[in-house]
Amino acid sequence: MRLVSALTACVAAASFIAIAQPASAEGKVLHPHGPHEGWEFEGPFGTFDQNALQRGYKVYREVCASCHGMKLLSFRNLGQKGAPFFDEAYPDENSNPKVKQIASEYMVAAFDEETGDPIQVAATTVTAFPSPYANEAAARGSNGGALPPDLSVITKARHGGASYIYSLLTGYVSPPAGLTVSPGLYYNPFFPGDTKPQWAGDPREAPAGGFLAMAPPLREGLVVFDDGTASTVEQMSADVATFLAWAGEPKAETRRMMGFSVIGYLLIMAGLTYASYRRIWRNIQH
Amino acid sequence: MSGQSTYEPKTGFTKWLDARMPIVRLAHDSFVDFPTPKNLNYWYTFGGILAVCLVIQIVTGVVLAMHYVASTDAAFASVERIMRDVEYGWLIRYIHSNGASMFFLAVYLHMFRGLYYGSYKEPRELLWILGMVIYFLMMATAFMGYVLPWGQMSYHGASVITNLLGAIPLVGEGIKTYLQGGPAIGDATLNRFFSLHYLLPFVIAGVVILHIWALHVTGNNNPTGVSVKNVKADTVPFTPYYTVKDGFAIILFLIMFAVFVFYFPNVLGHADNYIEANPLQTPTHIVPEWYLLPFYAILRAVTFDIGPIEAKLLGVIAMFGSILVLFALPWLDTSKVRSMRYRPLAQQCFLGFVIACVVLGFAGANNPDDLVFKFGADKLAMSYTDANGGAAVRTFTEFAEANSFLATLPSSAAGALEVSASGFKWLWVAQIAGAYYFAFFFILLPLLGVIEKPKARPASIADSVHGKKKTTAAAVAATSPGPQTTGSLKPAE
Ligand code: HEC
Ligand code: HEM
Repeated sequence: MRLVSALTACVAAASFIAIAQPASAEGKVLHPHGPHEGWEFEGPFGTFDQNALQRGYKVYREVCASCHGMKLLSFRNLGQKGAPFFDEAYPDENSNPKVKQIASEYMVAAFDEETGDPIQVAATTVTAFPSPYANEAAARGSNGGALPPDLSVITKARHGGASYIYSLLTGYVSPPAGLTVSPGLYYNPFFPGDTKPQWAGDPREAPAGGFLAMAPPLREGLVVFDDGTASTVEQMSADVATFLAWAGEPKAETRRMMGFSVIGYLLIMAGLTYASYRRIWRNIQH
Repeated sequence: MSGQSTYEPKTGFTKWLDARMPIVRLAHDSFVDFPTPKNLNYWYTFGGILAVCLVIQIVTGVVLAMHYVASTDAAFASVERIMRDVEYGWLIRYIHSNGASMFFLAVYLHMFRGLYYGSYKEPRELLWILGMVIYFLMMATAFMGYVLPWGQMSYHGASVITNLLGAIPLVGEGIKTYLQGGPAIGDATLNRFFSLHYLLPFVIAGVVILHIWALHVTGNNNPTGVSVKNVKADTVPFTPYYTVKDGFAIILFLIMFAVFVFYFPNVLGHADNYIEANPLQTPTHIVPEWYLLPFYAILRAVTFDIGPIEAKLLGVIAMFGSILVLFALPWLDTSKVRSMRYRPLAQQCFLGFVIACVVLGFAGANNPDDLVFKFGADKLAMSYTDANGGAAVRTFTEFAEANSFLATLPSSAAGALEVSASGFKWLWVAQIAGAYYFAFFFILLPLLGVIEKPKARPASIADSVHGKKKTTAAAVAATSPGPQTTGSLKPAE
């Protein structure tokens, strides 16, 4: 029976190791981080700062939107509760003048009701965010073969969420000596990949990160913020990451608030049920 | 256990109904007056919790189905539309997606409970088998449900699993084509998966009814494994005693459930599933949901052929075998003692089994060739073509050495340098834990029943709760089963 115990101990030990040391075969990559002050919208009571959302939308609109679509969003979403341009005076987002104005800046394909000829009309609040390219081939054609992903749910589709976006945008550095970067690609220590094939030195010391086809999109002062906030690369990155986190899950604020009351209610119920349990069982030995 | 019914219809209507279809009597005898051992602990509350889970999945699922579009072009966007535009759609979807995990968490605890207290032993074999049928259907349902949102993991997971079935000789290709609805995964697959995903939960509900029926014939097992000898002394009526205890446990469970739904709705899922499916781009790691990981680990642990059977097919056999073996459990365990409380060796082996399952889960989540830990520092391996045109490899510890060696090679040798790490592979972890998994059923359980000397057990449930002195195995064997034990069956204790 020693054998059985020994076997059991082995499996127990293996399980400890299994939990203690995950390892990975891919190249190293830096762990994503958010801005110093952290994210206001994280944690059980997190909420989005509307100014940050508005600045973030501006960065998206003026910079990212030329390559990245957000096809799951419509303009009216920008005026919903918790959204960048929500206004208490306009509970119906479709009548929000700011949202109407944003939409009207875009032209979309339509046809003339009388002649049937194709025409261009101003978008309305119910129009989806227009895509920058007609199709995937056009998108790849303009980006050296790479496809700029749709950003609607990007914070849910990447490990690290908003922190990853922030780290990626602020993390571009000039490649360390010995690392050859192919034309059309850019080195970023936060982008998962493998630098070994491009590294002249000892492959065991190949730098973390990988190469992507997106040139560093932000430059100091690129976007002029309406609220006068200085547009450093860090500021713009944090704001656009905040906007993308909101866009990925517009209902996150509502969700966390509702969770508080649901769990509170359940805790009270648990207390009452436990009291009745004690009372009902008081004369039964068990 | 079901003795004389104590239900007495009081109103005119219930009397009328009782004479025609005694449905209220059935409910009363099953859930109110049902005699239940008074020593059940919280591990026994998972049955009720599971019933709640099934109802939650069906209710949220039916609502999701009102808005979901089963088409490869529209499925991903339709799920996101539910999250954004349907009133409380985010809540319904998160309850449903996390609900599947909660359901499996509960079913695993319920099954480990049954394993520990010997709830599969005579006379409850059929009850256990019906439970296994439910579990099997749950896995099929969850697998097909995970395909519906049409993310990267949905698609590539479905592709891995349907391809596996293709490995079965003779019929494999046919089954695969039937499942996929064609030569590849596409609209036809998504539509039949949606149809079956809607259907199977109702089949599960039907089997649950059989499961409860079987339970109410044999009665509950209990932590001592000793059968009910005297209904009055050993049991309490289900209502109010267990309705309130189960109710309390259900609320605690719902609190944990709510923490996931409201604060960590996506941690149990995989980020890649928020990327729309793209058949041409395979994710670096394809992994199923956590509750299927142990079986995935067993599948990938078989890397060797045995005779004419290839590794791939053997893996499929091992994976299905690891589930099927549970059906045979009542006949693999030879012990006459039900509860492992009184089986010191079985207890240890059981602990090992639980650990093996958890370890298999971790192994399933990791790439088999990745290292759990390394032996020493990484080395450099130079592969090149030697003078005779054969492939050769040389390892170095210093980069400079490797470089000067490369300088001596002609360019036709095409020297290429790679990092080579040696260490303990996840594959081996999966193989060891997988071997233990099977050994537990095929070696330990049959053997222990013969060689183990069980501890003394209480003569009755009443004695155990009143802390009376325990009788020895011999004494228990000597006392003939009381009039309250189940008919002609001769139960193990
Ligand atoms: C000139 C076009 C262009 C602009 C402007 C641009 N991107 Fe990109 N982006 C790309 C391309 C191309 C890729 C794909 C890179 C690849 O996969 O190699 C990409 C990829 C990404 C990714 C995905 C990285 C990953 O993990 O796969 C994110 C996130 C991203 N961009 C965010 C942004 C944000 C935020 C902005 C605005 C500040 C922005 N991009 C502006 C072209 C652009
Ligand atoms: C045994 C009970 C059930 C289990 C274990 C289960 C499991 C799952 C899982 C794991 C998913 C994927 C979740 C995700 O990542 O989005 C899913 C999706 C889905 N299920 Fe179920 N389900 C059950 C019952 C039902 C029922 C009864 C229905 C319909 C009547 C249903 C309808 C749907 C729909 C429409 C989706 C796609 C939407 C979505 O992905 O959120 N389910 N299910």
